[in-house]
Amino acid sequence: MSHPDFLWRDPDPKPAYDVVVVGGGGHGLATAYYLARNHGITNVAVLEKGWLAGGNMARNTTIIRSNYLWDESAAIYEHALKLWEGLSDELDYDLQFSQRGVLNLAHTLGDVREGRRRVNANRLNGVDAEWLDADEVKKFCPIVDVSGRARYPVLGGTLQRRGGIAKHDHVAWALARKADAYGIDLIQGCEVTGFEIARGRVLAVETTRGRIAAGKVALAAAGHTSVLAAEAGIRLPLRSHPLQALVSELLEPVLDCVVMSNAVHVYVSQAHKGELVMGAGIDAYTSYGQRGAFHVVEDQMAAALELFPIFSRARVLRTWAGIVDVSPDASPIIGRTPVDGLYVNAGWGTGGFKATPGSGWVYAHTIAEDEPHPLAVPFALDRFTSGALIDEHGAAAVAH
Amino acid sequence: MMLLDCPFCGPRDENEFHYGGQAGVAYPEAPGELSDSEWAAYVFMRDNPRGWFHERWFHALGCRTWFTVERHTVTHEIRKAP
Repeated sequence: MSHPDFLWRDPDPKPAYDVVVVGGGGHGLATAYYLARNHGITNVAVLEKGWLAGGNMARNTTIIRSNYLWDESAAIYEHALKLWEGLSDELDYDLQFSQRGVLNLAHTLGDVREGRRRVNANRLNGVDAEWLDADEVKKFCPIVDVSGRARYPVLGGTLQRRGGIAKHDHVAWALARKADAYGIDLIQGCEVTGFEIARGRVLAVETTRGRIAAGKVALAAAGHTSVLAAEAGIRLPLRSHPLQALVSELLEPVLDCVVMSNAVHVYVSQAHKGELVMGAGIDAYTSYGQRGAFHVVEDQMAAALELFPIFSRARVLRTWAGIVDVSPDASPIIGRTPVDGLYVNAGWGTGGFKATPGSGWVYAHTIAEDEPHPLAVPFALDRFTSGALIDEHGAAAVAH
Repeated sequence: MMLLDCPFCGPRDENEFHYGGQAGVAYPEAPGELSDSEWAAYVFMRDNPRGWFHERWFHALGCRTWFTVERHTVTHEIRKAP
């Protein structure tokens, strides 16, 4: 028996690169891939302090959708969704991308108004969206309790049929393999500890494996972005929180769509293997501890059982948490920073996985051209000074 | 579940409290003279350290006292703010 071929090399860092991407998660890998694919930039290193895609890329609930309220968000998330639709073919890897439909339930008259408004806004932006009344919800997802006696009465819901899930590990492996094939160095066990900056321009990164010179440095470090940016003297409007999720033991197929409930902080799908995958709201406090409190999970389970009485005998297999970087308007921060040659892509908070290819696409453009991609322009850091916020707390679906 | 030491009620479970974020963020002394970027700093920018952090907690389901603790954001260890 011989070991199967490795999907990527495990190189040591070279002394210098044109672009150093900090963070080997989904967004970092997608950025590296599109730097090569779209811009011909291949003298690139992706530095990962742990192992590839072992942070939030390994911990998310894999939901993909683009039904955001505002034009700016709809444009960037829909760009990502369109890329997802061709990504398995392009990367020559089965990402198990399954457009099984994402249902967002409405439990109050306020939810109904907000949901219908979002459906209309989505349609105006070319994003597929439908409003379902309670009977139609029942038809689409028969195991949801829509009875009048329900603790959280279901008054209707929005449906994006093109939404769904993908296999997060496959996404990371497929992007890593393609990036590696372009000659990009994916360097694991290499933590960035500081930056060498002279006359307002970044020259190199200091790492646990020595100094690496860089023409450009691109942060893609999710929950740890504030810590890195502080080393470069940059303050960002981000707060890091644990976001918990869990899976049940393996079950026969029982749920063939994604169901989210903004009001009760539950989102659930059934993975291909058979586990129910559920996510909660964030733990309220600042933390880098990659774990959260049990009462958050308990509240989430209580709500899930009210919506899905059939789950009452399912058992939790494991729970975990990732550290998410939450921005004040629940929208990402993408673009240049006050330091020349240093770029930021952060603040995706609880919803970064769905954006992986779109984020990588616009970030690679921003780095290559030293000019924000048109879709990234509204997400620049200066919106917190100008006041042009993109408030997506309603569409983010997770309590912040 | 963390155990937080309310100065009035003593140690209580975390879910009796609401989180108040960074401690010591004072309202600007001369708000009329602030630039846009100074306003942005006051409204949106907060410390987000990996390590010890001074933060506010509110005993919402108890005596309703606001108080400050120092907590480590990796270990969640708590010590009284000096």
